[in-house]
Amino acid sequence: MSEAQRKDTPEQAEFRKYCQDWLAENHPGRPPVKLPQGALELSDPDALEWLQKWQKSAYDAGLIGCDYPVEMGGGGKENCQAIANAEMQKAKTPYLPNIIGMGMAAPTIFFHAQEEVKAELLPKLLSGEHIWCQGFSEPGAGSDLANAQTFAERDGDNWIINGHKVWTSLAHFAEWMILLARTSKDDKYNGLSYFVVPIRENLDKGVTVRPLIKMTGETGFNEVLFDNVVLNDRYRLDDVGAGWKVAMTTLAHERGAGPIVTPASGGMSLEEDESAQTNSVYALIDLAKQQARNGKTAADDPLIRDELMKMMIRSESFKQNQRRASVPTLVDHPMRIPLQFKLVATELAQDLQQIAYEIEGAASSLYANDDNAPAAGRWPLAYMNSFGVTIAAGANEVQRNILGERVLGMPKSK
Amino acid sequence: MSEQPKNFGFGEDETMLRDSAQKFFADNCSPDKIHGQVAHDSNIHRDIECIWDKNLWQQIVELGWTAVCVPEEAGGIGMPLVAAVAIAEEAGKAAFPSPLISTYCATFVLNACGTDAAKAALGDIAGGTATTLAITNEKGSWESSDTDVTVEGGKLTGTAYFVQDAKKADRFIVSAKGAKGVGLYQVEASAENLNIIADGIIDLTRDQAHIEFSGTECVEVAAEGAGDAAIDAAMPSMLTIVSADIVGAGEWLLQTTTEYAKTRIQFDRPLGFFQAVKHPLVNVMLDIDRTKSLVYNAACSIDCGEDNTELNARMAKAQASEMAVFSSSRAVQFHGGIGFTWECYVHIFFKRQMHNHVLYGDAKYHRAKLADMVMGKAA
Repeated sequence: MSEAQRKDTPEQAEFRKYCQDWLAENHPGRPPVKLPQGALELSDPDALEWLQKWQKSAYDAGLIGCDYPVEMGGGGKENCQAIANAEMQKAKTPYLPNIIGMGMAAPTIFFHAQEEVKAELLPKLLSGEHIWCQGFSEPGAGSDLANAQTFAERDGDNWIINGHKVWTSLAHFAEWMILLARTSKDDKYNGLSYFVVPIRENLDKGVTVRPLIKMTGETGFNEVLFDNVVLNDRYRLDDVGAGWKVAMTTLAHERGAGPIVTPASGGMSLEEDESAQTNSVYALIDLAKQQARNGKTAADDPLIRDELMKMMIRSESFKQNQRRASVPTLVDHPMRIPLQFKLVATELAQDLQQIAYEIEGAASSLYANDDNAPAAGRWPLAYMNSFGVTIAAGANEVQRNILGERVLGMPKSK
Repeated sequence: MSEQPKNFGFGEDETMLRDSAQKFFADNCSPDKIHGQVAHDSNIHRDIECIWDKNLWQQIVELGWTAVCVPEEAGGIGMPLVAAVAIAEEAGKAAFPSPLISTYCATFVLNACGTDAAKAALGDIAGGTATTLAITNEKGSWESSDTDVTVEGGKLTGTAYFVQDAKKADRFIVSAKGAKGVGLYQVEASAENLNIIADGIIDLTRDQAHIEFSGTECVEVAAEGAGDAAIDAAMPSMLTIVSADIVGAGEWLLQTTTEYAKTRIQFDRPLGFFQAVKHPLVNVMLDIDRTKSLVYNAACSIDCGEDNTELNARMAKAQASEMAVFSSSRAVQFHGGIGFTWECYVHIFFKRQMHNHVLYGDAKYHRAKLADMVMGKAA
């Protein structure tokens, strides 16, 4: 029996058993199409459809949204989502496609929307039938998110929205968007309000979704333009001018530091072969054993060996940090490790992928469109893509501010 | 092999021990007091001294700290390694001048000997006999089979180098080569035909010596051929306990420097406002947390009797050594002008960290060992 099982209440133990039994019968198997690394990268409609089917079946079975109230489409349980997550992870299920919906939109709606809006939106959000996207970043508001200029102007019971959002993952599939918009130009923070917008039904009524091309040449996210889009006031969350406060609920959950546990499925290896992954130090060691560098096997080069061991140690420490974070007596500040998660995870992956260049030597110059590229060119591709996550969700420079200010208590750098 | 507990084995007893250690050091070892003791003479050509408060040693013996890792059948308390780790972390945070860490290292080696003589020596440790290892040669090799001391007819000849806390110790455990290999031998600090020559060292909270043996009488605790194996078996615990000291000292450096960054005003603002200071201090925190978790994991894997303890301990020490350098260098740098002076307490911890950093191997040494273990030897 694992430590987690020993602490289960009778209800939780029953639910855990239920999850195990259901997953044993209903694991969807391997995908018929190639899946990208994560849900935010989805571009193939067939891949999305297959993943939505998986999310719907897990939702119908009660594994997703179990802690939300029944009248909002949830399971009405307490402290059960973490159990479902753990069991899905153990069963190595595929990831869930509606990641922004469940991870960011749902808790924000739960804490800040009107009751009938919760009942209207949450069931199809949790089931994955409605994909959600996030309208926060703008060309002039990246790390300085509160500088958002997309404007919502009051018009009776409606708001008229004009503006430009960027870095909008999944917008090309999304029914709904969480939107941070300016309702007053008089005050930076208190001039913001928070809305949920049905962007798909407005595609011919002022909403334009256009793909943005990443530095790799791949598409992955979008820009969304608003041209006099009309939105009913019922879709405003919390008070006019309270948008920044509401956005903090979203961001806390995005960083895994909010009170609601996000439904999360995962564990399925995207590649059957572990050495084909680009986030594992052991895959990098395999690469070094296969790859020549300066005419010798890279794995025999003492400097490469030293770099590989540095990464192995960092990988293991990341794992052990997560373990320690769950033991309250072994951390002096409850947010000290959780707030490190995004920063440390993304820099770990980036540094791993950067070392692949040194391992590959001259051959690291070959890209995915060259048949001779080592490992089909996936390491340099992963390295370039890694900047997406060191920049996203508050650039890592902002994360260091947050840690320095909230955990170490140093004065704000603004 | 039992499954590792999620809490690394920190139960109620271990937590209570940590809390009482915290209280003990808060009551007895303020940085102010330590600085007044060990840094009373700044002269670079000062006489070599061994400064420590033997009265505090008696107190920690009475608290049972030296008995923590001694098995019950040898007269100790027989707690898991994480208990000693909790104490060592607090000792590092206080830069405690004492032979405690050295005595723990000797305890681990004696635990691995399995002889009656070793068991008796363990019982003495539980009773307060400060014991240290004399297992390093002139070239500073950390390999268990390397020693410049030989044994013949129950007598030791040659010199052991880099002996930690030698002037504080009551007893030495010496590695020596005989006809059938390396054995381990117990020698009293008061023995005849023994010359303890203190080294002038940088770390003010320790002492170190080389010890000349000239036909010195000794008691065998591990037979010829069994000594290096005992050291190898103890090495994961030794690396873990030194790394725990580094974690504590690192945390003191982080907290002290952060406090300074909040109060010191330059350009009309506290230093910590500036990201050139704030961000590297966050990086120090990340480095400490990495180390702490790896140390707990290493200790827990040893307590669970896992077969990958060497891997886990070398990872912990490699990371700890990197952090020792980083935490201490940033502390001096961010204290600015005052950090560079003798009067600022930071140098006490800086020097302890730089000593810890090389003790039983630095980061590059352990990463080379790890690479051989994980990737196989290079062609």
